[in-house]
Amino acid sequence: MTGFRFILAVLMVTLLGVASATAGDGPLPTIPKGMGDHCVADTQFMRRNHMEMLKHHRVETMRDGIRTRTYSLANCFTCHVVKGADGKPVTIRNPAHFCNACHEYAGVRPDCFDCHASTPNAPEQRAVP
Amino acid sequence: MMEGDESMSERRSCAVMTASCRSEAADPAVSRRGFIAGIATAGVFTGVVSLAPGVTLISVADAKPVEEAASAKQRWGILIDATKCDSGCSVCVDACRQEQGWEGHGRPTSDPQWIRKVNINDSSTGRKFSLPVMCQHCASPPCVDVCPTGASFKRADGIVLVDRHICIGCRFCMMACPYKARSFVHEETEDQRSHMPRGKGCVEACTLCVHRIDADRLPACVEQCGAKGSGAMLFGDLNNPGSDIAKRVAVYATTQIRTDLGVKPGIYYQGI
Repeated sequence: MTGFRFILAVLMVTLLGVASATAGDGPLPTIPKGMGDHCVADTQFMRRNHMEMLKHHRVETMRDGIRTRTYSLANCFTCHVVKGADGKPVTIRNPAHFCNACHEYAGVRPDCFDCHASTPNAPEQRAVP
Repeated sequence: MMEGDESMSERRSCAVMTASCRSEAADPAVSRRGFIAGIATAGVFTGVVSLAPGVTLISVADAKPVEEAASAKQRWGILIDATKCDSGCSVCVDACRQEQGWEGHGRPTSDPQWIRKVNINDSSTGRKFSLPVMCQHCASPPCVDVCPTGASFKRADGIVLVDRHICIGCRFCMMACPYKARSFVHEETEDQRSHMPRGKGCVEACTLCVHRIDADRLPACVEQCGAKGSGAMLFGDLNNPGSDIAKRVAVYATTQIRTDLGVKPGIYYQGI
């Protein structure tokens, strides 16, 4: 019995060692820091659920005309904006774009920006004066 | 054309309407509601601006709070006075293009066209007139009937829209629309407006500037027709008997296009 316990202990130490080494050594995405103190929800929650929040908000906005700003895609880019060498916000075509940082790492292309603007823009100012 | 007292009065009110739109355009901070309230207050002291007997330029604020869903309490519509619309003017079309970010690619038969000017020439009488035609925001929209995915839909307040998230680009709605109001996006798009996402492979049309209506502002075409054009367009809530548009359609002879189809458009025309 003592022999079995010893083997179990050795095995656990080995496994933990492997796990921690993997977490530390692997490549991780470099996520550009957003402006302001915090996002509209906890960071871990946002990482897992931002798509659901956007989807929920899109239905509210499109179908019902509820245009609160907090969870809107346009509002994401008021904080999560990456500026290029020319000082202008980069679009989704640029690998440095906020969304690309994780999505390229994960190998998943968001199709939001086939239609949506991927940079902050102020439509009110762009309208006919 | 005969010009009696009534038309004179109407013309005067149009000038007022034009000035009001101009003031709003000059200062975007002045909301439609704020402006109307201002006019209402002024009316108490200076007398009510009269359009015709019983028709005044005072409207009750109709827009909903931002966090509230659109409801069937409102039925948004536009009244277009073709007698004021100039055949050479395209202010409404330009305003729409600028506001919503659509543009042509030199292919008139397939380019996006949310609003267009139609010039009519009656060969039997020689009468010529001009009118803008856009999505008529039907109460019984054929485009919604034929849509296989539910992308084409009518909002509770009567605004007909395309949900591009589920539009598959089949273009049934384009065929079903009696007004030729919808366009298909053939090209990849860039630099879209935040309020108006648009992309290749979807159908699109006039949204009645739904983003502006929800923010208590006039549609871009109506605003600019008042500011730079002839003030031929009047926007408002047809369900509210106190609104300008409801009062005008109650007093003047107006018509919708192709009433025979029974689709009950929200766009009314005067003088066609």
